[in-house]
Amino acid sequence: MNAKKNSIIDEVTQGEYKYGFVTDIETEVAPKGLNEDIIRFISTKKEEPEFMLDFRLKAFARWQKMKMPDWAHLNIPAIDFQDIIYYAAPKKKKELESLDEVDPELLKTFEKLGISLEEQKRLSGVAVDAIIDSVSVKTTFSDTLAELGIIFCSFSEALRNHPDLVKKYVGSVVPYSDNYFAALNSAVFSDGSFCYIPKGVKCPIELSTYFRINAANTGQFERTLIIADEGSYVSYMEGCTAPMRDENQLHAAVVEIIALKDAEVKYSTVQNWYPGSKEGKGGIYNFVTKRGICKGANSKISWTQVETGSAVTWKYPSCILAGDNSVSEFYSVAVTNNHQQADTGTKMIHIGKNTKSTIISKGISAGFSNNTYRGLVRIAKSAINSRNYSQCDSLLLGDKCGAHTFPYINALNRSSIVEHEATTSKISEDQLFYCNQRGIDPENAIGLIVNGYAKEVLNKLPMEFAVEAQKLLSISLEGSVG
Amino acid sequence: MLSIKNLKVSINEKEILKGLSLEVNAGEIHAIMGPNGTGKSTLASIIAGRDIFNVDSGEVIYKGKNLLEMAPEVRACDGIFLGFQYPVEIPGVSITNFLRTAMNEQRKYRGLEPITAKEFFAKMEEKKKLVEIHSKLTNRSVNEGFSGGEKKKNEIFQMAMLEPELAILDETDSGLDIDALKIVAKGVNSLRTENNAFIVITHYQRLLDYIVPDFVHVLYEGKIVKTGGKELAFELEEKGYEWLKN
Repeated sequence: MNAKKNSIIDEVTQGEYKYGFVTDIETEVAPKGLNEDIIRFISTKKEEPEFMLDFRLKAFARWQKMKMPDWAHLNIPAIDFQDIIYYAAPKKKKELESLDEVDPELLKTFEKLGISLEEQKRLSGVAVDAIIDSVSVKTTFSDTLAELGIIFCSFSEALRNHPDLVKKYVGSVVPYSDNYFAALNSAVFSDGSFCYIPKGVKCPIELSTYFRINAANTGQFERTLIIADEGSYVSYMEGCTAPMRDENQLHAAVVEIIALKDAEVKYSTVQNWYPGSKEGKGGIYNFVTKRGICKGANSKISWTQVETGSAVTWKYPSCILAGDNSVSEFYSVAVTNNHQQADTGTKMIHIGKNTKSTIISKGISAGFSNNTYRGLVRIAKSAINSRNYSQCDSLLLGDKCGAHTFPYINALNRSSIVEHEATTSKISEDQLFYCNQRGIDPENAIGLIVNGYAKEVLNKLPMEFAVEAQKLLSISLEGSVG
Repeated sequence: MLSIKNLKVSINEKEILKGLSLEVNAGEIHAIMGPNGTGKSTLASIIAGRDIFNVDSGEVIYKGKNLLEMAPEVRACDGIFLGFQYPVEIPGVSITNFLRTAMNEQRKYRGLEPITAKEFFAKMEEKKKLVEIHSKLTNRSVNEGFSGGEKKKNEIFQMAMLEPELAILDETDSGLDIDALKIVAKGVNSLRTENNAFIVITHYQRLLDYIVPDFVHVLYEGKIVKTGGKELAFELEEKGYEWLKN
């Protein structure tokens, strides 16, 4: 591990966003704007069952009555929702049977991103669902997984092949009425990943979805649904990148996780959407609703996220601990540099008895950025003998950035224990000089110190992701030494 | 190797070094002694490149180059090592990871390939024995929760690993018990070659029982006021710094 860590630090020599290229592929797009016709267009394009269209239309009706939330510690210019393209897909002639039929330009894109869709992925033991703009391009290893009864496919495919499962669970954790962006997503989502792990099956490989925005002026609205049946286990990873563009682009995703009795789901994210230029121009607006429910007794859901990208991040991966003795964890590193803004955290809703949650949040702010932790711990009356431990640390680089912590605690019984700890620190001149004196230049020194600071969270990531995440932390903070 | 001429240094307009000169050649050990607040640590910081001081005049030439124009990490890569008086903690960064990063940065500067994991760990084992440091310690985060003695040993361990050409030890002996002191001395003595040099800053003569210096300099009120051999240290110990005033 140490060897790897070091080579990462070595590799980090460039400060620019590496994934800012645009792929020249033929794209099929819907006209700009949002109305019922567009929603019907998307639904027809995807050959969806009636219930899905219903769900979309109800969501749209609800969304029109809602207002964009303004309680976050974010400064966002008004978004013109009629100026966005809601559906863009790489043009394809027919269903893809094998990789040979995928547009070579597309394959090149994923090569550049460091994700090979080729069989070589087998070596690293990761099954990938690649989603470009709105559409799932290719899911690898579906067949291998099918032998175990595991369903891992795009959301559209799931709607076609497993409509009952989708119908039963979609919107059951994040109802379309949940919030403004969840409603928008429910109305216009184009694709995403679907995953079902049958009873008693431990998924032997990491499942992963790679999201890529490519087309201009488009929004990306994907929806992920993960169902872990009784006694099953799955580890799921999600990565995202986008080209560099001067305009802001909207990303509003929904992720729902259902863990039944004795099931465990690990969900890891490395979010690296384009953060905008150093001057704060462009970048992704990232409004994401992620929520899981520990539905059955003894179930477990853990969220691990490394957030380095996006101009604006609004995201609170949460968990409802409904089953008795269920457990949830939230581990987060959020980095903001230049003019990035992040308001992120979690909600832990304890309902079942003896439920336990842990929150470890590490915020790192540099440049002119603002980084906010916002978390809610709610212990319902029924959640007797429950426990929560929260630790929120903030690290400041320079004196023009901000770190904010808003913990909300709401405990309704007397047998539960809620703990909250928070610290704020700065990288000291002494630490930097100490590293410099050993031959490590200031940029690498910051990378080293920040990775050390975030270690507790990075250690929770699957190996494949940990390496990428460490690299990202260093790159994201380049140029932040004054 | 190192040539300091008439160096004047101030901080916040307060003059600390008032025309200091010092010549250090390869193969030599120089001890710098003197009472508190006379500029010993300032001298160490200036050589290492801490930028909180103003150099008002004078020059520092290292291996023929103007040292004052070099960034601290470049000086380190070029063979200068400072054993800190107060080593800082770097939470979450293991000593192993830290040293490997440092070593590879230095190798890169010298146009060498990164050290292989095997070579690196073999070297760790060898040097750990030399300074009698345990794996338990090297797996921990840099200096985090270390005792005073452990921190100083860690400095010597890093020096042993990085094999500098010019090592400055800033009061490495203060706060050490006699056993730790012997280990520090053993580290220095075993690393000594005809190609490298040491500047040992100390308050006490007792360190010099174990590290035998070629020269002892007395730094007093920002200047080197007396230079001699090992016997000067004994004289100082006996007569005290008051003696210098006359």
